[in-house]
Amino acid sequence: MTNKSSLEMSVGLFLVLGLLSLSYLAVKLGDIGVFADDAYTLSARFVSSSGLTEGAFVEVGGVRVGTVQNIRVDFDSYESVVDMSLDPNIKLQDDAIASIRTSGIIGDKFVKIAPGGSDIYLEPGDEILETESSISIEELISKYIFESGDKE
Amino acid sequence: MRMMGVRLPLISLGQTSLAALEELGRMGIFFAVAMRQIFARPWELRLILQQIRFVGARSVVVIAVAGAFVGMVVALQFYDTLVRFGSVSMLGSAVGLSLVRELGPVLTALIIIGRAGSATCAEIGIMRTDNQIDALECMAVDPYRYLLFPRFIAFLVAVPLLTAIFNVIGIFGGWFVGVAIFKVSQGAYFQSMADTVLVSDLSMGVTKSIVFSVLIVWICTGKGFLMHLNQGMVFGAEGVSRVTTDAVVVASISILFADYIISALML
Repeated sequence: MTNKSSLEMSVGLFLVLGLLSLSYLAVKLGDIGVFADDAYTLSARFVSSSGLTEGAFVEVGGVRVGTVQNIRVDFDSYESVVDMSLDPNIKLQDDAIASIRTSGIIGDKFVKIAPGGSDIYLEPGDEILETESSISIEELISKYIFESGDKE
Repeated sequence: MRMMGVRLPLISLGQTSLAALEELGRMGIFFAVAMRQIFARPWELRLILQQIRFVGARSVVVIAVAGAFVGMVVALQFYDTLVRFGSVSMLGSAVGLSLVRELGPVLTALIIIGRAGSATCAEIGIMRTDNQIDALECMAVDPYRYLLFPRFIAFLVAVPLLTAIFNVIGIFGGWFVGVAIFKVSQGAYFQSMADTVLVSDLSMGVTKSIVFSVLIVWICTGKGFLMHLNQGMVFGAEGVSRVTTDAVVVASISILFADYIISALML
């Protein structure tokens, strides 16, 4: 009898331990259910969203408030349309500026949103009109070389 | 004679490949027959529990110790690299991603092959050389149902859970080295990990551990169960030792191979 219950005990203990670890990973790392139900979506157009990936962060004042959901090309204007899913507590004005930035020199690209001063707030599904594209270091360097050559 | 000099290697090459093909076919049929037990009711719960205790519960300590040291050494190595770029705040994501995606599933599977897979293969191999399996069949006891199927279920349940335990303990091992020893900020460690490790990474890790568990139990039980059919078969202790070595090698290699395939498909 003791032998029987110790078998069930050890298997049960193992299963509990395993399932706890699995759920810890899912909740802590997988972000299951964090931005799932109550997030709202805004979109923004960029001339170039080079280097930005789906799942990249959206930051306001350096704090993560959402993620990039979808990036596609608008074939009428050949611009890139980025859909972002945001924390519903974040209210953005219609003159907020979205820009694509890099964290550090070799870090990931993210979308930085600078607040505007307007009284009108963006509704879910609206588009941020003021945008700044990703900065390409190559373009900056070639511009610098080109301009310094021009002066002489 | 000159003709024979050319033909002998060709003959042995042909024989080896035919034998390998035949063994693969036998293993395939073995797998299908064992899997058919899913539909056999009722399941032998008691035997399944015993096997889960052997494969899972008794491996927890080994897995925990291994996970802790792997997490610590990964954090140490990444810290040493990242500190040169001033990106120490990425330590959590580096440790989390490498554990969840690769190291957790692969190392857990390799440890389980060594700890439980080899024992399972030897156990079944000894039953085969002692004709115990024939005895079971004589008494109309289905060895697939009583010997093999409980082991399949046990590995299938235990390996993914052990992988999860390995990952969690590895993450805290990395925390110990990164945060407690090298003074990386605790928030940065956990936040960067939560930010970069996505559900897709977790599901990749879980998929890997499920595929690995099937491979381990299939190869280890199959090699032992079918050892009497091998070409140039040796019975007794030597036969069991050969077949166990063989099972461990084949299982380990096929896990590393499957790991690459799954990574390539899911990335």
